[in-house]
Amino acid sequence: MEHIRTTKVEQVKLLDRFSTSNKALTGTLYLTATHLLFIDSHQKETWILHHHIASVEKLALTTSGCPLVIQCKNFRIVHFIVPRERDCHDIYNSLLQLSKQAKYEDLYAFSYNPKQNDSERLRGWQLIDLAEEYKRMGVPNSNWQLSDANREYKICETYPRELYVPRIASKPIIVGSSKFRSKGRFPVLSYYHREKEAAVCRCSQPLSGFSARCLEDEHLLQAISKANPVNRYMYVMDTRPKHRMQSWWATQKDIGRIIVRISSKIWNDEKIRESHEQKRLNAMANRAAGKGYENEDNYSNIRFQFVGIENIHVMRSSLQKLLEVNGTKGLSVNDFYSGLESSGWLRHIKAVMDAAIFLTKAIMIENASVLVHCSDGWDRTSQVCSLGSLLLDSFYRTIRGFMVLIEKDWISFGHKFSERCGHLDSDPKEVSPVFTQFLECVWHLTEQFPQAFEFNEAFLLQIHEHIYSCQFGNFLGNCQKEREELKLKEKTYSLWPFLLDDQKKYLNPLYSPKSQAVAVLEPNTVSFNFKFWRNMYHQFDRTLHPRQSVFNIIMNMNEQNKQLENDIKDLESKIKQHKNKQTDGVLTKELLHSVRPESPTLKTSLCFKEQTLLPVNDALRTIEGSNPADNRYSEYAEEFSKSEPAVVSLEYGVARMTC
Amino acid sequence: MLAQALSTLDSITLMYPFFYRPMFEVIEDGWHSFLPEQEFELYSSATSEWRLSYVNKEFAVCPSYPPIVIVPKSIDDEALRKVATFRHGGRFPVLSYYHKKNGMVIMRSGQPLTGTNGRRCKEDEKLINATLRAGKRGYIIDTRSLTVAQQARAKGGGFEQEAHYPQWRRIHKSIERYHILQESLIKLVEACNDQTHNMDRWLSKLEASNWLTHIKEILTTACLAAQCIDREGASILIHGTEGTDSTLQVTSLAQIILEPRSRTIRGFEALIEREWLQAGHPFQQRCAQSAYCNSKQKWESPVFLLFLDCVWQILRQFPCSFEFNENFLIMLFEHAYASQFGTFLGNNESERCKLKLQQKTMSLWSWVNRPSELRKFTSPLFEANNLVIWPSVAPQSLHLWEGIFLRWNRSSKYLDEAYEEMVNIIEYNKELQAKVNILRRQLAELETEDGMQESP
Repeated sequence: MEHIRTTKVEQVKLLDRFSTSNKALTGTLYLTATHLLFIDSHQKETWILHHHIASVEKLALTTSGCPLVIQCKNFRIVHFIVPRERDCHDIYNSLLQLSKQAKYEDLYAFSYNPKQNDSERLRGWQLIDLAEEYKRMGVPNSNWQLSDANREYKICETYPRELYVPRIASKPIIVGSSKFRSKGRFPVLSYYHREKEAAVCRCSQPLSGFSARCLEDEHLLQAISKANPVNRYMYVMDTRPKHRMQSWWATQKDIGRIIVRISSKIWNDEKIRESHEQKRLNAMANRAAGKGYENEDNYSNIRFQFVGIENIHVMRSSLQKLLEVNGTKGLSVNDFYSGLESSGWLRHIKAVMDAAIFLTKAIMIENASVLVHCSDGWDRTSQVCSLGSLLLDSFYRTIRGFMVLIEKDWISFGHKFSERCGHLDSDPKEVSPVFTQFLECVWHLTEQFPQAFEFNEAFLLQIHEHIYSCQFGNFLGNCQKEREELKLKEKTYSLWPFLLDDQKKYLNPLYSPKSQAVAVLEPNTVSFNFKFWRNMYHQFDRTLHPRQSVFNIIMNMNEQNKQLENDIKDLESKIKQHKNKQTDGVLTKELLHSVRPESPTLKTSLCFKEQTLLPVNDALRTIEGSNPADNRYSEYAEEFSKSEPAVVSLEYGVARMTC
Repeated sequence: MLAQALSTLDSITLMYPFFYRPMFEVIEDGWHSFLPEQEFELYSSATSEWRLSYVNKEFAVCPSYPPIVIVPKSIDDEALRKVATFRHGGRFPVLSYYHKKNGMVIMRSGQPLTGTNGRRCKEDEKLINATLRAGKRGYIIDTRSLTVAQQARAKGGGFEQEAHYPQWRRIHKSIERYHILQESLIKLVEACNDQTHNMDRWLSKLEASNWLTHIKEILTTACLAAQCIDREGASILIHGTEGTDSTLQVTSLAQIILEPRSRTIRGFEALIEREWLQAGHPFQQRCAQSAYCNSKQKWESPVFLLFLDCVWQILRQFPCSFEFNENFLIMLFEHAYASQFGTFLGNNESERCKLKLQQKTMSLWSWVNRPSELRKFTSPLFEANNLVIWPSVAPQSLHLWEGIFLRWNRSSKYLDEAYEEMVNIIEYNKELQAKVNILRRQLAELETEDGMQESP
């Protein structure tokens, strides 16, 4: 490849990220077309996919060489020291090129070849079928139908071809509504609750100014509320925080409010009181939130709800802050928690969770349909719709169901994976960990409901790995139309069949489909339930992890139990065979040897191979990284050494007396 | 008012343990489960350098020590009496732990009473040096910061001067004491009990409580001590001021890290008996009121709870290396603060003797060590592990002990069910293994029989 000048550098050091002393592994660094590979002196390999690299940094030259710091999108951070500056420079330049591709066609997925033939590949892509999924939910039905309005992506480029809308919503209404909505993303069905006959719908914000109204859009909303035979009231959830809405209103650039009839009403009211700017804004927000509008017959069947999820830029910098804090060497407990607080990360996670719970309650308790939107309806809206569906429907808590959920609410409805994950060298302001937050919310649920999910944490981590890896076609591009244009189904492979093949690794051994199959999850969102997800953000910092994993042990034990059950069947049938044989020969036997006391040979046979069962847990129970040097207790002793003449410096388990 | 009066009874002899009559059959009297002589036998098989001393038989030399202590063989009782006058509270250095792997030891004591004029005590120096092998150096871990230790000289206390203890290197660590810990607990409990806190407020309150900072300090010091013993091959002496609080946290946690036995149920009970009860941690003073103490109790401090929390942190990181589960630690926490058993009454052995607890009350161990109770406290994951276990002390590895602090604030239904399911899987595994073994045996029998039939 033209970007690679140096393919192999020897005597490279890999520093421990958290050590204050220069503890390092020495090894050889290889640069391939797709990966950066480091093999240390113990032959341990560290593979870094070029697409995973978020940033490469060359630090100032030191006496031992030229430091190269690589930060990855999967939260791996590696710190190399390359002996010669020239080599370091070459690698640095190559990585800069290789990690930021300009064209989709240069991404790994287009060259990745798992040795499958075309029909296998096609079958892989057909594994998740969304039409099947809507059928499972119970649509089309008497109230909801498949619309062919977007069949050619004419109405909305970022929506899928197949959309479900209320049966009574005619095509002109849909077209009219789509013109009124940002990016043409008109209200469509995301999830249908079969028992409650209530729907979760999604859309983007309305586009026109305050004074405008769009009758078609109003009709479409009415149609959605009418499609619910039990409760005519419906909720409109604006997932954006109120205070941001106010500033939008103030600038009047972009109208955050959704129902224009209300908007125009407020607009008129507002004109009267232009002088009281601040008061006005608050009042508007309140009215917009649905307060004080019950007297209006026209809108009586719509209730507004703001849920304050921040925008992609806030989320991006929040995660940046979090990672900065956690990367600090010798981090104190107080700095950790104040960093966690000031990053706001868990607050954002809680906001997403609270929104999903609101949605769930609207459906379960009030039997009301819900329309969710944010600005464009592909970030926060995807988070809330998918997480809400996950709380409502146990199918999405299975391995396959979770794949379907991601295909539906994220991939098909146009969450801009390529922009949000920075697959190509594009606008860094479009990058945001929106999907990571969704995965984290799911992880929090698995923590609160350890038996409700068929999959485990490794499954979530693996999916996270692949939204950035560009190894499979699923997450490439920003919408279905773009994916079709890229001919992803012909040129790349789907991730899902590979995950299913590896299913064993991703099974939750405690999963109990019976007890919670029908149950709607009602998570507790009191703040103390939200914890820092160490296994995600420190997944490569093994020294911070528990040394023995209960989870792995139980998982293997579960596997072993299945094996044992088979063994037992096997043994029983063999014994049966023997017994049959013996009863056949019993006559001769009795003739030949009258009842025989236990013979010595028999006794020896008793003890043979008594304990040769699978040594299942041994490997897991050995203690990884259990070494005092890994844990840096000694650094705390060093602090003391500064103030005291008798210096005790304990490092790597070797005391150096430097009196 | 009555409830408050009842919960703050002044006289110990009016407390529940003196009226409690057990409804269970006592299989083994817990008062005799962990006799010092028996504990010493575990060491005496490995070394002859130590002896039991009865110098404190009448509690005259050190009121907070038990009647029997382990000291270097070469030091006679007369010397011990002299050393006692040089150490805070008469707490002369005694053996806390003997590391069989390399013969290194942990000793503990009170601070040396050097005062401002740098008093010294030849016997003290001799005693400490008696524990060192030829040419070896040792470490003195002072659980106070250097400044605090220096300030202590003004009150007659102090620390070992290098000049007088040339074979020893001193390390100062800063573990908080008394009211600072108590305030920390009060703040933490308050934060946990308010469910209306938003995320920022919760995190800032959790941080402001400093509880996890204390956990980290204590664990780090214990790890350092264990590191000295196991990795440096050096003996250590640990003390703070009195040697009844932070000292015991460190000596006992170091043993959890170093010694597999202390990770078993029986071994852990013995550890609490040795390093907390016999060693004179003033339970009566420290564990009177817990977090809800309305009048400021000067001596109230969650020292023992912090120790249990630290054990829990290690347990979380090494879930297979402990014979007991979290419930065992929670049970100990509860009984340390309020119990029908006499075990945690009194501040030291001398007081317990005077109260005649052995005759008048029931020991906690009599109840716990019955098979029906033990079942609840046994971890199904336990697999004896002879290694030293080094926990991570990074803030990302330390957690709020939800089983204690959020116990009444949220439902643990789903977590409990999951735990049960885990137990079921393990039980089922054992069952299947047993069955496979039986079947294999049967098959083997049949096969040999067949073989014999065919070739008689």
